[in-house]
Amino acid sequence: MTSDRRLQLFLFGYLLLVLAFIFAPIIFSIIFSFNSDRFPTIPLGSFTLKWYVTVWQDPDVWDAARTSVIVSCSVAVLATFLGFATAYTDYRYRFRFKPVYLALILLPPTIPLIIMALAMLAWFAKIGIAGQISSIIIAHTVLTAPFAMAIIRLRLNQMDPSLEGAAWNLGANQWRALRQVIIPFCRPAIISSFCLTAAVSFDEFAIAWFISGLNKTIPVIILEIVTGNIDPQVNAIGSFVFLTSITLVVIAQVVLMTRQKKEKAYHG
Amino acid sequence: MSVQTNPPSPAPVTLPQSQKRDRPDLFKNTMRLPIILWQGLFFVAPLSFLVAMSFFIVRNYRMTEAFEMKNWLKMLSRDYFWDSYLLTIGLASLATVVVMVVAFPAAYMLAFRLSETARRWIVFLLIIPFFTSYLVRIFSWYVILAESGVINAMLGYIGLGPFVMLNTKFGTIVGYMTLTLPLVIILQTFSLANIDKSLVEAAHNLGCRPWRTIYRVVLPLAKTGFIIAAVFCFILSFGDFVSPYYLGGSKPPTLPILIVDTVKSGQQWPRAAVVAVVMMVTLFIVAFGGIAAAYRRRHA
Repeated sequence: MTSDRRLQLFLFGYLLLVLAFIFAPIIFSIIFSFNSDRFPTIPLGSFTLKWYVTVWQDPDVWDAARTSVIVSCSVAVLATFLGFATAYTDYRYRFRFKPVYLALILLPPTIPLIIMALAMLAWFAKIGIAGQISSIIIAHTVLTAPFAMAIIRLRLNQMDPSLEGAAWNLGANQWRALRQVIIPFCRPAIISSFCLTAAVSFDEFAIAWFISGLNKTIPVIILEIVTGNIDPQVNAIGSFVFLTSITLVVIAQVVLMTRQKKEKAYHG
Repeated sequence: MSVQTNPPSPAPVTLPQSQKRDRPDLFKNTMRLPIILWQGLFFVAPLSFLVAMSFFIVRNYRMTEAFEMKNWLKMLSRDYFWDSYLLTIGLASLATVVVMVVAFPAAYMLAFRLSETARRWIVFLLIIPFFTSYLVRIFSWYVILAESGVINAMLGYIGLGPFVMLNTKFGTIVGYMTLTLPLVIILQTFSLANIDKSLVEAAHNLGCRPWRTIYRVVLPLAKTGFIIAAVFCFILSFGDFVSPYYLGGSKPPTLPILIVDTVKSGQQWPRAAVVAVVMMVTLFIVAFGGIAAAYRRRHA
């Protein structure tokens, strides 16, 4: 089977090329953040930390970092709550307009961000909450609640459906069963959902750019720097954002995986 | 809405009597209503308002609520609008074809020719880009593709170039690929991995050539997932303003850039709303066309 072997090699090389294409901008951005040239190319200039120092000393970046942290933490809590309640409703109840109900929460990611941004901008101006941190939080919650719902819904699928009924039969009311059976079971999914929704919110720039007013988030700052000129500060900020998001994603992944492994081991 | 409890277990389960009587709806509504209120107020309302706004008028730099066709007539009669429209559709379609073709061998490898563990790791790698700033990645491409950038410098060593890659359609497509390629590979991989492998083996054992197997067996079986992947690729490219602006040079602007320019450079929100509504209608047509094609019965 030499031709098959050749095909395998070819496909393997191809896969590496594709991964190289996908990771090239990420890796170069990190390399350029330590590179002294204003317009980086090959051969590279000397090693420097000056872009990080510039960013570190910029009060605007600090303000934006604070706004971003407030926004993404609030979004994580709100979106996870909404996602959990919806996932539970979908898991437990049947009702006539359920497809509409599910569409309501699952549709936002299919609408282009630029359209959501314009719609939110106009609507928030209309109801009088434009340009505040809370308006970014609201918009990002709409955007990320579907992800929270999906993660928690998948977890509920893995639950033995008689657990909740057993709790009821043993005299727990619905609230207590929710608190002592459902929520502990969903905990890994809830933690993942916190991390992933926070990460998505931390990166989102189109909506934030339109509606943030003076409360700029980190991606909005990046957008404004990029619009101005070539400035390697962007790479420094970008590497920092990358590190934050990846940490959140890895935590989410590890929490989900270790829990599943434990359960597999437990069930033999 | 009539609501019944979905029996969660085969064994008879009784809710405490007291709970059924007093305030039977509090628990259920606490779970069910928040999302209805939230998405109603902050998702359905803004989009409805956007549609309404396309009929508003701007007078003395102030938007007034009205119901006039002025914005629609104005935008739809402009050549630059239709130029942008065709350009956006053309670029998004081109990106969809390119991304689907480029992704396929990678997805094929992942689905059929790698171990479970290796596949899981690579899919995890493919998820990482979703959580890195898209803006920073595009900025990085800007520097890489520039006339004195990394690629041209490397090509220079072997005596080629420099090639102009920025402010071209090539640049825009590279940007769109940055946005959509990981997602499309993941979706293609999942739909290929779900195929019943014995059917592929049967074709092989009956003497079907590899290419013919892919065309006659694998692709038809994976059709639904592939169409969903293509629709997502189109939606994402169609709605992106960053790549065509920074890498494509924005001449002429695509529809998303038109929205940005109209909003950021003045008070013409209603005209931007017209563009947004046209975009949404287009995407609905594409999405529904895609779904209809995905679930259409195959002819024997």
